[in-house]
Amino acid sequence: MTTEDLALEAALYEETLPGGGHTSFILKRGQLLRITDVEGGANVSVMLLNAQQPSERLNLPDTLKGQHTFRLTTGHCLYSDMGRVLAAIVSDSCGWHDSVGGVLNSDEVRAKYGTGRYQELRNAYHRNGVDNLLVEMGKWNLGLQDLLMVLNLFSKVTVDAEGVFHFVPGNSNADDHVSLYAPMDTLVVLTALQHPMDPHPQYAPRPVKLAWSGVRSDGISTACRTSRPENARAFHNTERFYL
Amino acid sequence: MPRTPPERSAETALLRHVIPAGEPYMLEVAAGQTLRVVDLEGNQAVDTLFYSASNPRERYDPQRTLRRQNRVYLTIGSVLYSNLGNPLLTIVADTCGRHDTLGGACAQESNAVRYSPGKRYMHSCRDNFLCACLHDGRLGKRDIGANINFFMNVPVTPEGGLTFEDGLSAPGKYVELRAETDVIVLISNCPQLNNPCNGWNPTPAELLVWN
Repeated sequence: MTTEDLALEAALYEETLPGGGHTSFILKRGQLLRITDVEGGANVSVMLLNAQQPSERLNLPDTLKGQHTFRLTTGHCLYSDMGRVLAAIVSDSCGWHDSVGGVLNSDEVRAKYGTGRYQELRNAYHRNGVDNLLVEMGKWNLGLQDLLMVLNLFSKVTVDAEGVFHFVPGNSNADDHVSLYAPMDTLVVLTALQHPMDPHPQYAPRPVKLAWSGVRSDGISTACRTSRPENARAFHNTERFYL
Repeated sequence: MPRTPPERSAETALLRHVIPAGEPYMLEVAAGQTLRVVDLEGNQAVDTLFYSASNPRERYDPQRTLRRQNRVYLTIGSVLYSNLGNPLLTIVADTCGRHDTLGGACAQESNAVRYSPGKRYMHSCRDNFLCACLHDGRLGKRDIGANINFFMNVPVTPEGGLTFEDGLSAPGKYVELRAETDVIVLISNCPQLNNPCNGWNPTPAELLVWN
């Protein structure tokens, strides 16, 4: 039985984000967001910010070097630039989430998949991660300055001995999921689009299910707090923020 | 592999500036000019950010840069792209051969997490960045994204590990970048004393700019 199975969770809400969709919300302190790959092959590009002070943002270099990892999975924390935990990965059935792929802009999407305008395709038009995330951030009065390195959930990119990237297909199958626990009020901005390095030639973003719950016991974060001494200190900093 | 380009003479440089260990420096480099960063004494991380001078909201974009070259390290031939998809600079010479893109910059806050709460009050790169940005006035905290660490060695393993290793650099190694547009260059000559990124001994770095 995992710590997640033991945690008392109250389901709050559920929503399916269609492929190509974008959304944003505050994941409140003590809440859990479970993201599920509905069909397999999904990718979700994510930016996290401190909801109260959004100049504090997900810092992937701090996240990676603080935990001596390039691969993010269960037990890892997503650090802000201020040494706090915006979210902890408390469960993950994929084993690898990507930090290097980023998001494509409109020119890059056109170069990869061809023209796909709203005028012809209506809501099946080709969307891009830069515009999707910018639009969501604009709703919180944020902008281009706030779009930093993003996390790509459900995707795996390895680095070989020469430093060359390799996108690994099949990292996520139907019903694979990742759960993010927020020890602080975290503004989550995300979009469900193909990973930029995914060689699939057609524009075919996959849907994901978002499920929110309230966690009644913080035992859920124990594995993340104790996986490394750095994480214990980052949780400590997070708790200091709420003195 | 490191390659050495035709030697440029320091005497013909428009600008020569030595950044003492642990200090920030900001300069502008015009389109077509070449900037050389020299690791004077070896194994010194030079934390660097680039912005378009005409629109400082346009900045170096690590993920796009890495994706377009399909490699995690920077060296000769690497084009540094912006968050708007435009080339900012190209690495045209590199006697070191590998520069880090994932390690980011040290900060009071990250030192407290990585080492101990007692390390919070040591000097750091992000304090340098902020100080230089706020004095300049065109840039602020929101403009500080993930930087390049010239001369720093952060290998990624095929299994997904990431470590800080002793640098591949040595005294006098340098990297040269040709500006593809007018750029603001923001540097912190890293003061980190808690890991081997500066060989446990931060040292000066020199900048030279040629037309």
